[in-house]
Amino acid sequence: MDVFLSGLEIIARWDVIAALLVGSIGGVMVGAMPGVGAAVAIAIMLPATFSLEPIVGLTALLGIYGSSMFGGAIPAILINTPGTPVNALTTYDGYPMTRRGEARRALGLAYSASFFGGIFSILCLILLAPILARIAPMFGAREIFLAALLGIVLVVVTHRGQVLAAGMLVCYGIFLKTVGLEGAGYTQRYTFGQTWLASGIDLIVVVLGLFALSQAFILLSDKDQKYELPPLAKSGFFSSMAEIFRFKRVATVASSFGVICGMIPGVGEFMSQFMSYGYAQKTSKTPDLFGKGNPEGIVASEAANNSVPAAAMIPLLALGIPGEELTAMMLAVFYVHNVIPGPQLFQNQLDFVVALYIALFVLNVLVVLFLLVSTNSLMKVMLIPNRFLGMMILTFSLIGVYSLRNSLKDCAIAAAFGVFGFILKRLNWPTSPIILGMVLGGLMEAKLRTAMARVETPWDFINRPIAFVLFSMIVIAIVLHVMSVVRDRRKAAGHV
Amino acid sequence: MEHDNATPHVFPDARKPGELFYSMVFLATSAALLSMIFWQTSVLPGKGFAAQPRTWPLISLSGMTLFALANLVATSRSARTPGRWQEVVVWVRSLEYVGWYLLYVAAIPAIGYLAATLAFCLFMTWRAGYRSGLAFGAATGFALFVVLLFKSLFNVKIPGGAVYEYLPDTLRYIMIRYF
Repeated sequence: MDVFLSGLEIIARWDVIAALLVGSIGGVMVGAMPGVGAAVAIAIMLPATFSLEPIVGLTALLGIYGSSMFGGAIPAILINTPGTPVNALTTYDGYPMTRRGEARRALGLAYSASFFGGIFSILCLILLAPILARIAPMFGAREIFLAALLGIVLVVVTHRGQVLAAGMLVCYGIFLKTVGLEGAGYTQRYTFGQTWLASGIDLIVVVLGLFALSQAFILLSDKDQKYELPPLAKSGFFSSMAEIFRFKRVATVASSFGVICGMIPGVGEFMSQFMSYGYAQKTSKTPDLFGKGNPEGIVASEAANNSVPAAAMIPLLALGIPGEELTAMMLAVFYVHNVIPGPQLFQNQLDFVVALYIALFVLNVLVVLFLLVSTNSLMKVMLIPNRFLGMMILTFSLIGVYSLRNSLKDCAIAAAFGVFGFILKRLNWPTSPIILGMVLGGLMEAKLRTAMARVETPWDFINRPIAFVLFSMIVIAIVLHVMSVVRDRRKAAGHV
Repeated sequence: MEHDNATPHVFPDARKPGELFYSMVFLATSAALLSMIFWQTSVLPGKGFAAQPRTWPLISLSGMTLFALANLVATSRSARTPGRWQEVVVWVRSLEYVGWYLLYVAAIPAIGYLAATLAFCLFMTWRAGYRSGLAFGAATGFALFVVLLFKSLFNVKIPGGAVYEYLPDTLRYIMIRYF
């Protein structure tokens, strides 16, 4: 109780509440703009948060992270275009409902399912906190190394159809992190004699290039989309939101999938969504209506994706391991403020962790209240033309890159990564493995170096229970993936 | 869902235009970087494998090269989608926006953040094909909003313009501090 009260005290400040309000409302708006998304918004906001206190900066970013998926459901349901990539499955049933004249019902269900998922995952976090506080100190260098390696393996194998591209891009991310002066022997690596490369390649510059600038180039190169907004009934939000109680089982299972997938580094929203949608379809009394406007589909998709953000904070806070690109960006805020996430954070600053959970809870309430009164006005942001949005992102991005060091060189590097990201997006190759490779690669190098000082035989590396479990998970993930590849190949050969 | 279950994990059925070309570029770059490992990294005597500065560049570049090779093989075996060179032209065209962006960055220390942002937003709006008064009005409003929010309110670290030196003292201070 004392910890809860101190957590409450940390966030009960006008600047934290303002950051939460701006972050959550901004996140909903960004989510509702197709083609922008939380990654772009967080990348742009990141350097601006460096001058703020850690709790203020983090609540602003958490606000964007936790609320963008609420907003992303709006265009997914109304115009068949997901606001953020993780709302893709919501289009399957949301848009057919809109075409049937049930847009208000679909939106109400999406909001309540998202809210259910968000609150469910926060409750799981609160229940898990004492266990985490006990387990986290058991993570030494080798366990953190293995957990990061598990994240790398999962990032690669969960990119269905893009495994090889994800593999080479995650390795590219690890390589980028090695460039510059290394800390052990103070030797230069891949600097080609250039002094500006000695300090390495800045993660923020890469993030802004890969996520913000590349998206601006994509939007500027595209043709404008003309959307027709469907009419929305003026009342009936509460009754459609209350309908979630008819789908308690689907919402609970979907949220559980979200929590589990969020907790495992490298898995995240997509996997949880597909698992939940598959489960809902298999157990439904009307499976043939999925994809044709089945409310259960919306509940499965939205509850699953919105339960991930809170759960993704577990590996980040307890071990310092980000699960996906958004938490990787948040890790940068921790480091800038010299708050090192990991076992010590749970032991020494549990009130800070609790404050973040409370912030997550408040943001879910704020977002639902905001959506209840503003959905009709919010629909207008979908009408901003693509290329105008591209210009806006490009202008915003400058602040992020240029304010770091007022360096034209940083901007040029960010622009180069922008073009690189633009090509990757055009080819449908994933960009997030690069960021995870950069963050987890640096962590793995440092932890392996520390761990190997106490290891004599390979068995020593995994002779502790947690290390052994993590190692087994890595082996299982690889074996399952290889088996599924072989099965697919056999199936394909059988069809020929 | 059905489509996704049928998607092969590793070997896609068809490739995007330009994918084979880019796979080749990526493989060539990876291999070139790997070949430089002996003179771009060093080995420290008396240190174990994990503590060697060469270890992680070697692991990452070897991984990049192997995955890039496998990706190239998989891509070359999948069905071709025509339009490779048109796609390359699209990539090259994005450099135009890089040019305008860098010009915007370079203009800030000379003419100041306010003028540079206004000019950039209005020019990009015109370049994107919008000609209406509403579009230019929106661009002007957006530029002012960005400057007022980040420079005036948040005091984000952006230098004042050289042209501000020609302003009277009081106005110069206000311009440097807020715009």
